Amino acid sequence: MKKLITTLILLLPSIGFASGGIELQHANNDINDKASLKAGAELFVNYCMGCHSANYVRYKRIGQDIGISDEELMKDFMFNTEKVGDTMSVAMDKADSARWFGVTPPDLSVIARARGTDWLYTYFMTFYLDSSRPLGVNNLAFPDVGMPHVLWERQGWQEPVYEEHGGHKVIASLQLIGSKEKAEQYETDVRNLVNFLDYIGEPAKLQRLALGWKVMAFLFIFLIFAIFLKKEYWRDIK
Amino acid sequence: MAKILNASLDWVDTRFPLTKMWNEHLAKYYAPKNFNFWYYFGSLALMMLVLQIITGIFLATNYKPDAQLAFASVEYIMRDVDYGWLIRYLHSTGASFFFIAIYLHMFRALLYGSYRKPRELIWIIGMFIYLCLMAESFLGYLLPWGQMSYWGAQVILSLFGAIPYIGEELAIWVRGDFVIADATLNRFFIYHVVAVPIILLGLAVVHIIALHEVGSNNPDGIEIKKNKDPATGIPLDGIPFHPYYTVKDIVGIAVFLIIFSGVVFYAPELGGYFLEANNFFPADSMKTPEHIAPLWYFTPFYAILRAIPDKLAGVVAMGGAILILFALPWLDRSPVKSIRYKGPIFKFALFLFVIAFFGLCYLGMQAPTPTKTLFAQIFSAIYFGFFILMPIYSKMDKTKPVPERVT
Repeated sequence: MKKLITTLILLLPSIGFASGGIELQHANNDINDKASLKAGAELFVNYCMGCHSANYVRYKRIGQDIGISDEELMKDFMFNTEKVGDTMSVAMDKADSARWFGVTPPDLSVIARARGTDWLYTYFMTFYLDSSRPLGVNNLAFPDVGMPHVLWERQGWQEPVYEEHGGHKVIASLQLIGSKEKAEQYETDVRNLVNFLDYIGEPAKLQRLALGWKVMAFLFIFLIFAIFLKKEYWRDIK
Repeated sequence: MAKILNASLDWVDTRFPLTKMWNEHLAKYYAPKNFNFWYYFGSLALMMLVLQIITGIFLATNYKPDAQLAFASVEYIMRDVDYGWLIRYLHSTGASFFFIAIYLHMFRALLYGSYRKPRELIWIIGMFIYLCLMAESFLGYLLPWGQMSYWGAQVILSLFGAIPYIGEELAIWVRGDFVIADATLNRFFIYHVVAVPIILLGLAVVHIIALHEVGSNNPDGIEIKKNKDPATGIPLDGIPFHPYYTVKDIVGIAVFLIIFSGVVFYAPELGGYFLEANNFFPADSMKTPEHIAPLWYFTPFYAILRAIPDKLAGVVAMGGAILILFALPWLDRSPVKSIRYKGPIFKFALFLFVIAFFGLCYLGMQAPTPTKTLFAQIFSAIYFGFFILMPIYSKMDKTKPVPERVT
């Protein structure tokens, strides 16, 4: 475990701080939407967890928060462990993946907090065909990304449309090769996946939002009593 | 029952001055009766100190000061420890709110001349508390071991390198390594949880003892001890701190905690001002972030550092910006203490100073551009001008007559 974390800490941020400087699209996700979180979890375990871990996240916690039974977790969500108390680790060897992709795929536990949900949403929406890249795809939010377009079969491919700007060729927009229905379904898929990433970034957020107003309501009542107490004592001070 | 309690108290009092201390600092400590809004922040700062210590103790039970484990242990606290997320947010938000309370507390002193004779020493002890607090938050910010923790510390500790001759050696000695590393994290942890808090607590006690020796100032800047009841010897404008100000401060605490809870529960990152997004990337010595900025409470001084092109001169200016505050009691030559009776020049100077301080605070967060650097230079000049020119303008300013009794 210790070695694993060491490797992670050393290699995880090698995705770096690449930023395309493009305008971000809005994720508009809602972590209170359990159906969306469950759909996002399914996408995550099926498409992301081939390479990416979420080493701080436990299956059991997801089950409790989203409402998935242990049996269902084991059947549909856990592919490399039997224990629901385990964290979402991956079996892929770090050295191997670094050789295959140029970087080790980072742990995604807190990626939504580091990148922001809008960035993640934009990232998934802006993969495009680029024959100059080793995997044949590039990304607008993350130029020269090392990750293949894993969700291509759900979205289809996007072709870049170029425009001339002061002698430079820049990408003006992306043209989707595929049906409109599929594109709409893909938007929902990405929103669900980003929602799930947002949730695992801070599972306590659900508790936090639920507890906060109660604490504040208590303090407010306490304040009323405090004001009356102060008034009572200060009555005789001229 | 009352008999037993009284007897017990007598038993203690013959062995320890419990009743005496209670009276000296609370029940028979006479504070001016005209304290206003600005006088809440002393007790609020004390409350934040206690809150930081208590939450800090709980965090330390699960935190691991090890470069390989630190980041994961913070996430462990956030996820697997019962209410660990709450304790962590209370602590991280608490740091910012502690500084808010301290800055407003210091501004109060500036408004009403609380640093003036005979309270120079209270101000100076307070300044040492402020220095300790800066050290404490700087040390603590390394502990989550994120990218901003790492590179923020790297930038600040590299400033030691600007000192002629011994600079580089000194920086290595402080870090315990050639770069920020496990050795640095380990020592920062122990300074953060033991060394600095002990000094901080001691200074807070000394600050209060010094205050209670000379008595509190007030919004009128009048010495209430000059008008005592001839029969009792109690200041005519004074009221016992307990119960009057204890019950009043409870109101202040309730309001403060409502705002504090709002941030803790609904915006713990406060849009990146209290917790930076980049700090959720684990520390990586091979990857320098594009933009490194300290948290908001340091940015005014960081902006002064960057405003000056020469590194050593910048470091000197940054240090000077903090050290010059120590001289404040002797820079103010106005015949009156409170802003209520000071003239237009001082009011205008203070107004400019506040604008410059907020301006520097903002600029310190931004990536520098030529225009922004120019503004930082102008604001830095105003910042220093406010203090350096104070002996002149405070003396020539036209003041109003100060009343005999508090209003």
